[in-house]
Amino acid sequence: MGDEGVEPEESATAVAAAGAGSRDTIELDRVTKTFGDQIAVNDVGFGIAEGEFFSLLGPSGCGKTTTLRMIAGFEVPTSGSIRLAGADVSHVPPYKRNVNTVFQHYALFPHMTVRNNVAFGPRSKKVPKADARSRADEVIRVVRMEDFADRKPGQLSGGQQQRVALARALVNYPTALLLDEPLGALDLKLRQAMQLELKRIQREVGITFVYVTHDQEEALTMSDRIAVMSEGRVEQIGSPTEIYDAPATVFVAGFIGQANLWPCTVVGARNGTTSVEALGATLTAPSDEASPEGEATLMVRPERVRVSATDPRPAPGVNATVTDLVFQGPVIRLALAAADGSEIVAHVGSDHDLPFLRPGDEVTASWDTGAGRVLPGRPPAMDADDYFDEELAEDWESAPR
Amino acid sequence: MRGTATGGAKRSRSAPYLLGLPALAYLGIFFVIPLVTLLKMSLSTNVGSVYEPTMVLDWHWANYSDAFSSYGAQFSRSFLYAGIATVLALLLGYPLAYVIAFRAGRYKNLLLGLVILPFFVTFLVRTLAWKTILSDTGWVVSLFDLLHVPMPDGRLLSTSWAVVFGLTYNFLPFMVLPIYVSLEKIELSLVDAAKDLYSAPWRAFRAVVLPLSLPGVFAGTLLTFIPAAGDFINAQYLGSAQNAMIGTVIQKQFIVVKDYPAAAALSFVLMAMILVGVLVYARVLGTEELT
Repeated sequence: MGDEGVEPEESATAVAAAGAGSRDTIELDRVTKTFGDQIAVNDVGFGIAEGEFFSLLGPSGCGKTTTLRMIAGFEVPTSGSIRLAGADVSHVPPYKRNVNTVFQHYALFPHMTVRNNVAFGPRSKKVPKADARSRADEVIRVVRMEDFADRKPGQLSGGQQQRVALARALVNYPTALLLDEPLGALDLKLRQAMQLELKRIQREVGITFVYVTHDQEEALTMSDRIAVMSEGRVEQIGSPTEIYDAPATVFVAGFIGQANLWPCTVVGARNGTTSVEALGATLTAPSDEASPEGEATLMVRPERVRVSATDPRPAPGVNATVTDLVFQGPVIRLALAAADGSEIVAHVGSDHDLPFLRPGDEVTASWDTGAGRVLPGRPPAMDADDYFDEELAEDWESAPR
Repeated sequence: MRGTATGGAKRSRSAPYLLGLPALAYLGIFFVIPLVTLLKMSLSTNVGSVYEPTMVLDWHWANYSDAFSSYGAQFSRSFLYAGIATVLALLLGYPLAYVIAFRAGRYKNLLLGLVILPFFVTFLVRTLAWKTILSDTGWVVSLFDLLHVPMPDGRLLSTSWAVVFGLTYNFLPFMVLPIYVSLEKIELSLVDAAKDLYSAPWRAFRAVVLPLSLPGVFAGTLLTFIPAAGDFINAQYLGSAQNAMIGTVIQKQFIVVKDYPAAAALSFVLMAMILVGVLVYARVLGTEELT
């Protein structure tokens, strides 16, 4: 996983530089889509490599579905261009594009059997009836629905309909498969089973998958690369580990996983480290060429925060008071109040040698320098754990910054 | 607690039947009883006078054979006119319903209102209005004359065209509304899916929208054809004796000639023919839907 994390990053920069003639299956170049005075997708550009599992991740209304619908051909970009296998398809209708969509609510034809649903694409392409039928049966076997080939969609469960929708798209050997929150209507257990199933099928057929989801866990589990979107823009593109460990913006840090986000002031940068003032202390974090100056946000993942009650305290450290302590199964969630009143959330594993703590105890919170990250802009006005709530994240997303 | 729960479940199972009871009783009294009376009448002979009819049930089957032999032309004309009117209403109504369902946007309710608007004026009054409009001295005939549009015998009123036109006009809403309802229920994502699967707009319509709207087409054609086949207003006011329909004949037999047995037999023949026609039609359309 570690090595893979670096490789797609290179291909992304290659696309940005090279444009036409690159090896990417799907290329979006400065694509913008407006509906009336509403900007749904704002100057989005990225490339998706052949055979890649690429996710568009973001809260509802971030433009991810509109982006997918433009790749499918249901929407025409207001400006910019979309290329499929090198050819500009920005104004090509969906039925002339060799991509297929798995719709959010499957959109199976209710008046046709499973087999006829799956054979629909080949039949549209004038494949002879017998050939279309045998091709359909073959794909129905891949998705393990052969016992239901003569049923109608209304007689199938959600998970089965999902498989049929997948088969109906895959039977056409598309250049890319576009999936619009395909697991959204399934319950948790089935969703997790289908995630693995989707990965298996994707490996088997080797087709490029473009996957739209608002579920960050789903995106992290399945994707080779993720594009995190917010308010019509791409906030960051990278492998799951990059997105998680090195978020580029405050939004990405808060949307993917859980994060402590503290306002900080950058006071200097030297030898690859940035010094910031935050939580009433001077702390250091690794810096890169994109590191901001002045007012910024310091991010540390809760599981990277160490808590100790003993002196002498390890450096760098922040003095804090325990305010809350919750057992959450695999981890204990500690809420601490720093000297300046900011909240520090720490997730401490059960194997951690945690001293017996109770609210009001004085402790020291610390983390490796490499665990901190300085992000441009101020954190949203809300404490860290509200942030994990999807709906609140959406509210914040739509609020003016 | 448990007993009450099952009791409640039982009650709710019988509830649909109880709810249906008033309507069933109503139909029983006001539909079945007159129908039986009519059936008896169709097999009777009037032994009284025209002014004081006295019916004797003497199983006079000749009423039926007379109905066929005397009014065969009116029967076939009725089915022909009603058939043409139904096809015309379908050709006009389906695109209209389609536009209202998929393309009207915020004008959807306005357009639906306009479709229903004619109902606010009585059927009879509207037909009489057309009688004036289509009359030999009306502006339509003058305009057609001016533009040299050929008209049968140089007129519009009292022609079979006027009757078919009147039927089409009067029953169009009954075609549009059921088709609209079935089109409205079709999820747009299904059309997207068809296009995504390489169907050009026409095939997407042919393979997905049309089959899914067939229940509406079925309801609409029945709601148009059945009353049109039995209609007597249009033929009477917009047609002439040469294009009388069976409804006109039945009405005249009951009200003017007062030959009740003949009228009753005619009614039953019409009913039977429509019923057989509908069954055949349902059979054809039903199997069509499966393929």
